[in-house]
Amino acid sequence: MTDSIAVEARHVVKAFGQGDTAVRALDDVSVNIRTGEFFTLLGPSGCGKTTLLRLIAGFEMPSAGAILLEGADITTLPPNKRPVNTVFQSYALFPHLTVAENVGFGLQMLGRPKAEVAATTARMLALVKLEALAGRKTSQLSGGQQQRVALARALAPAPKVLLLDEPLSALDLKLRKEMQIELKRLQLETGITFIFVTHDQEEALTMSDRIGVMSAGKLQQVGTPKDIYNHPVNRFVASFIGESNFLPATREGDRYRLDCGALIAAPAAKAARVTLTVRPEQVRLAAAGDTDAIPATITNLVYFGTDTHCHLALSDGTEVVARLQSPATGDAGLRIGQPVGLRFVPEAIQVLED
Amino acid sequence: MANKGFVISRLPGFNPIAGLVFAGLYLPILILVVYSFNAGRSVASWEGFSLQWYAVAWENDAVKDATIRSLYLAASAAVISTVLATLAALGTTRRKAFGGQTFIYVMINQPLMVPEIVSAVALLIFFAMIKQATGYAGMGYLIAAHSAFCIPFAYLPIRARLEGMDMTLETAAADLYASTWQAFRFVTLPLLLPGIFAGMMLAFVTSLDDVVITVFVKSAGQDTLPTYMLGQIRRQVTAEINAISTVLLALTVLLLTLFFVLTRKKDE
Ligand SMILES: Nc1ncnc2c1ncn2[C@@H]1O[C@H](COP(=O)(O)OP(=O)(O)OP(=O)(O)O)[C@@H](O)[C@H]1O
Ligand SMILES: [Mg+2]
Repeated sequence: MTDSIAVEARHVVKAFGQGDTAVRALDDVSVNIRTGEFFTLLGPSGCGKTTLLRLIAGFEMPSAGAILLEGADITTLPPNKRPVNTVFQSYALFPHLTVAENVGFGLQMLGRPKAEVAATTARMLALVKLEALAGRKTSQLSGGQQQRVALARALAPAPKVLLLDEPLSALDLKLRKEMQIELKRLQLETGITFIFVTHDQEEALTMSDRIGVMSAGKLQQVGTPKDIYNHPVNRFVASFIGESNFLPATREGDRYRLDCGALIAAPAAKAARVTLTVRPEQVRLAAAGDTDAIPATITNLVYFGTDTHCHLALSDGTEVVARLQSPATGDAGLRIGQPVGLRFVPEAIQVLED
Repeated sequence: MANKGFVISRLPGFNPIAGLVFAGLYLPILILVVYSFNAGRSVASWEGFSLQWYAVAWENDAVKDATIRSLYLAASAAVISTVLATLAALGTTRRKAFGGQTFIYVMINQPLMVPEIVSAVALLIFFAMIKQATGYAGMGYLIAAHSAFCIPFAYLPIRARLEGMDMTLETAAADLYASTWQAFRFVTLPLLLPGIFAGMMLAFVTSLDDVVITVFVKSAGQDTLPTYMLGQIRRQVTAEINAISTVLLALTVLLLTLFFVLTRKKDE
């Protein structure tokens, strides 16, 4: 992977409609997507992921801002002039063409010689393991097979960037896991930059080189999966990716006083009033009365097999969830209503200034 | 017996009424077809099986002439109206909703709403003016008139097909480097073809059996099959008319069957 930039969005705004009914689907989005990386756009429904993808593909024009491809401004270029291909959520395979004709469509439109079209089509079908179905009509394929045809069709013209809009959401869980591995393999083998849209956080964490988390038309945070999970920049990211505990606190010198009275060390912040966030797996239980532990009471225990979620209440009523590994005996000796102490793994505490 | 709710076929008298309606619809046609094979001159008494009236019609130069004119007229009108209807359907579906859309829609389907006799009189007067000015008295008037009233019949199936088409297919074509024309040529048009053929078929059949406008617009010696038959019946009724009608019926049924086969959703 190099550090050159494949796609750049510069202060992109996209508004639909006019006046009072206008919707800002994208609100000043700027992002650099590096050449050869697997970049995921992650966010809840309606946050603008598809809109950003459609702007990069050229199906829509931004209301303001610019889209650059390898440094060249392509903002007003029509889709058929952009070396960018899309895998549509509905696959959008041409029903009147065979599998091979679908895969060769892009090269044919580019006016490539017949022999080249045939050779590349064969290579692409081999890449997605569909050689045997080359002559079939696409209506005679299963969902997973249609998915592969859509991938092969989009990869065949060797685009600079491949856009994938929730390509796996129509597949059942088992097929989805298979296709996740398959996609990752294709990306490594072809070296093409992938921009992948999903609202499934697990999918994003396992597949991506970097993730851009979106909410309400704004890019909230861009970073590696580890970055995003361990250092969320705001409450939205912390709660959208995995689970988090949120503890209101007041800064006192270089430490923070929780509303229950406990004093905690954490990274420095500017604001006086902050929220501390800790992942449930970074909360440890201690004996009640332990001097440097925060007193709490167990309010609920939820068994999940490999681990148990222990719901706790601090003295001021703030709720904290601790994820504990279930012991081999199946009983950790915890009871609802039992007073305990709790500690946070110090380096796992994040300070949010919102 | 359990209450099965309202089922119309359970009402008393359903079967006799249904039988009567179907008899009313098809008995006259059945009699017409049967008597086309009558050996005698009479259209009222059966005198044995014969193909003589088909032979008589076949030998009749006026019938031959009218048949050729009818087919030529219907084919011209079908092609012209289908081309125009295809453009109209593309223009009304492949764009964002616009003000006056309903108005355009009504305008395109005008021939379905204006009484045919009114159109006929209007065309008669209008064409008479042109005839006087230019001196032209050929088939052009009939072709123009038929093309116009066939447009809605061609338009409706084409539009239905376009509306049922997945728009992302055209987006996908553009994404795969197809120009606007290529996307139309290689994606939209092939998917639209069944609708276009169906529209053409319907336009052909509609033109083939038109009487009112044709009678008003045609010049002397421009009889089509229906206007020829109308003229014959005024003079004397022979089973020759039955034979011609039966052939016309067979042709129409064939074309309409094709139409239904083409418009049936065979989800590919
Ligand atoms: N053509 C359009 N006209 C009007 N509003 C639109 C249009 N396209 C998108 N929007 C609005 O823009 C916002 C973002 O939509 P977008 O499709 O980008 O969301 P998304 O993140 O892809 O959501 P999902 O996960 O549900 O696919 C939504 O509020 C949507 O209603
Ligand atoms: Mg979307």
